[in-house]
Amino acid sequence: MDILNALVTFLNFVFIPATAYGAQLALGALGATLVYGVLNFSNFAQGDTMAFGTMVTILGTWWLQSQGISFGPLPTALLAMPLGIFVTAVLLLLTDRMVYRFYRKKRANPTILVIVSLGVMFVLNGITRLVIGVEEQNFADGARFVITAGEFRKWTGLDEGLAIKTTQAVTVVTAVIVVAWLFWFLQKTRTGKSMRAFSDNEDLALLSGINPQHVVNVTWIIVAALATIAGVLYGLDKSFKPFTYFQLLLPIFSAAVVGGLGSPLGAIAGGFVVAYSEVMVTYAWKKVLGYLLPEAWAPDSLVQLLSTDYKFAVSFFILIIVLVFMPTGLFRGKSG
Amino acid sequence: MNMRNIILFALVAALYIGTGFFMSWNLTLNILTLGLLSSIMALGVNMQWGYAGLFNTGIMGFTALGGLAVVLVTAPPVPEGWALGGWRIVGALVFGAAVIAAAVQLYKRMHRGFARNVSLIMLLVIGFFAYRAILDPAVDAVESYSPALAGNIGGLGLPALVSWPVGALLAAAAAWAIGKVSLGLRSDYLAIATLGIAEIVIAVLKNEDWLARGVKNMIGLPRPWPVPYEVNLQQSASFLDWASNWGFDPMLASSIVVKLLYVLVFTVVLLIVIWLAELALSSPWGRMMRAIRDNEVAAEAMGKNVTRRHLQVFVIGSAVVGFAGAMMTTMDGQLTPGTYQPLRYTFLIWVMVIVGGSGNNWGSVLGGLLIGWLWLIVESLGPGVISVITYGMPDGALKAHLLDSAQNMRLLTLGVILLLVLRFSPRGLIPEK
Repeated sequence: MDILNALVTFLNFVFIPATAYGAQLALGALGATLVYGVLNFSNFAQGDTMAFGTMVTILGTWWLQSQGISFGPLPTALLAMPLGIFVTAVLLLLTDRMVYRFYRKKRANPTILVIVSLGVMFVLNGITRLVIGVEEQNFADGARFVITAGEFRKWTGLDEGLAIKTTQAVTVVTAVIVVAWLFWFLQKTRTGKSMRAFSDNEDLALLSGINPQHVVNVTWIIVAALATIAGVLYGLDKSFKPFTYFQLLLPIFSAAVVGGLGSPLGAIAGGFVVAYSEVMVTYAWKKVLGYLLPEAWAPDSLVQLLSTDYKFAVSFFILIIVLVFMPTGLFRGKSG
Repeated sequence: MNMRNIILFALVAALYIGTGFFMSWNLTLNILTLGLLSSIMALGVNMQWGYAGLFNTGIMGFTALGGLAVVLVTAPPVPEGWALGGWRIVGALVFGAAVIAAAVQLYKRMHRGFARNVSLIMLLVIGFFAYRAILDPAVDAVESYSPALAGNIGGLGLPALVSWPVGALLAAAAAWAIGKVSLGLRSDYLAIATLGIAEIVIAVLKNEDWLARGVKNMIGLPRPWPVPYEVNLQQSASFLDWASNWGFDPMLASSIVVKLLYVLVFTVVLLIVIWLAELALSSPWGRMMRAIRDNEVAAEAMGKNVTRRHLQVFVIGSAVVGFAGAMMTTMDGQLTPGTYQPLRYTFLIWVMVIVGGSGNNWGSVLGGLLIGWLWLIVESLGPGVISVITYGMPDGALKAHLLDSAQNMRLLTLGVILLLVLRFSPRGLIPEK
C-alpha cells in the first residue's frame, strides 16, 4: 500500500501538474521554433504574443459571461478562443506587413530581426497593459475538478488523494489535438510541405516556385493560434498576468533550444523536459520518500532540491547543459 | 564632433533646461543623474553591440550585481552573522566552486563514454547534496539573528567609491562564466542565456536573505566622497551663511547642491569611460573588433581568435554596466531587488543605444540622456496628458481605467520609437564614423 500511496502522491503533485505545464510550454515553444525555422530569428515577442492572445480571449470570455453563455462544465474561455486567435492572427499579419517584411526583403542579419522583435515586444506589452492592466486575472469557470482528492480516496481506500483539475485535462486534450493537427498539416498538405521546404532551404524553395509571402503568412497565422492556445491554457491553469507571460520567454526558449531550434518535434520534447525538470527539482520529496523508505530512514527535511523561487534557474541550467554538450539540441535543429 | 552633433546635444540640453524652468530644477537634476548613469550603461552595451555585434539581454542582471557589490563592500559589518555561520557559508560556496572545477577537469581528462558520464553525474549529485548540507544550517543560523534589522552577514564597511570597481569585477566574473558557455555558438544563444542569468541574479538577490537581506531591502548605504548629507549641510554654519548670502532657501539649496555633486561625479566617470572607449576604438584593437564584427569569416582567416575577442569585449562591456549599477545603488542609498524590471534596466538601455547610434560612443551618451529624459518625463507628465484627453469624458470605468494605465503608455511609445528608428534611421542619431 505504501508504494501505491507514494505513486499517487507523485502523480498528484509532480506528474499531472508537470504534464499540463509541459503541454503549455510545448505549444509556446512550437510557436517560437516555427518562427525560427521559417523566418530565421528568435522571436522575443513570443511571450507577449501569448499575453495578447490571452487578453483578447479574456475579453471575449467576459462578454460571453455577461450574455449568460457558458460551456457547461468546460471553461467559457474555450468558446472565446477562436476570437483570440483571429485577432492575434490579424495583429501578427499586420506586424509582418508593417515591420518584418522590410527586413526580410533586405535580407537583414538575424540579430537585427531579434532587436526588431524586441520593439514589437514593447508594443504588444504596452497594448496588453493599456487594455487589461497589469493585475492578475482569473478567468477559469465551469467545473473545477474532473476527480477530486476526496472522491479518489473514497473509491480506492488509499490515504493519498489524486485530484485532476478540469483545466489540466482540458490542457492535455487540447494540446494533443493541436499537435496532431499541426503535424498532419506539416506532413500532408501542400502548404505545410512548402513551409518545411522553405525552412530547410529557402533558395531551393524559391526556385521551385513556392510563394514566400504565402508561406510567411501561413506561419504567422499558425504562430498566432499556437501562442493564443498556449497562453489561454496557461492562464486557465494558473492565472493571467502580463509580466508572468514575459517571464515565460526563458522556459519557452530553453524548450526550443533543448529540442533543437527549428524542429517542431524537438520543441514538444523540449517543453516536457523543461517542465518535468522544473517541477521535480522544486518539489519537496519528503512525503513520497516517507512512504518509500523504512520509518527509520524517513527524511526530516523537505528534500527539496531548490526552492520554487528558483524555477527559472532550472530552465537556465538545462539550457546551459544543452549549449555545452549538444548545441544543436536533441533533435538536431538548425546549425549549432 | 561636427555641427550636427553639437546641435543634437544642444537640443537635449534645452530639454533639460526647459524642464527646469517649467517644472522644477530638482526634477531636472533627478532626471540628469539617472540619464548620466544610463549613458554609462549604454556605453557598456555599445561596446558589446556596436563594436562586436553581441546581443546582451541581461543588462539588468549586471546592473544588479553592481548593486550587490555596494552592499557587500560598504554596508556595516554584522559580526554576529559572521560568528553564527558566515564563514561556513563562504566555505560552502568555495566547496561548490571546487565541485564544479573538479567536474570540468573530470570531463576533460576522462575518455568519452559510459564511465565518464556516470562519474560526472555521481560527482555533481553527491557534490550538490554535500554543498546543501554545509550551506543550509549556516544560512538558517545567519538569518535567525535579529531578522527585523539584520539577518545577513553585512558588508565590509569600506568607502562607497571602493565598491564601484568591485561591482565591475562581479559583473565581469558573471559575464565571463556566461560568455564562456554561450559565445562561439549561434548569436541568439547569447541573448537567451543572458536573459536567463539576469532572472537568476534577481532571484538570488530576492531570496538569499543572508546575502543582502532579500526583499527586506538594504537601506542606509553610505554616500560616496565628496557628496555630503543634506542634514549635515543644513547644520553647517558656513553653508547656511552661503545660502542666505545668495538668498536661497537652505532646505532646497542643500538638496540641489547634493544632486549637483552627484552630477559632477557621474560626469567625471562618464568622461573617463568615454575617453578610454575612444582610445580603445581607435587603437589596433578597436580596428580588429570592427573587422571581426563586419566579417567574422575573413577575420578568422586572418588568424584572429573571434570567440576569444568576443569573450573579452563581452566581459569589458558588462564590467562597465556593473560599475554604473554600483553607482546607481550608491546614489539611491539602498538596494531593493523588487525594483529591478527587465523593461527598465535591460530593454530601455537597448533603446538608448539604438536610438543614439550603435557603434558611436557619443551616440550612446546622447541616447542615454534623451531616452532617459523621455522615460522619466512621461512618468510625471503622462497622467496630466491623459487627464487632458479624458477631460470631456463622463466619469466611469473607462475614464478611471485610462487614468490608471497612463504609465503603461511609455512602453508603447518606446516600442514605436525603437521600431521607427530601426526602420528609417537604423544608424541612429549619431551614426558610426
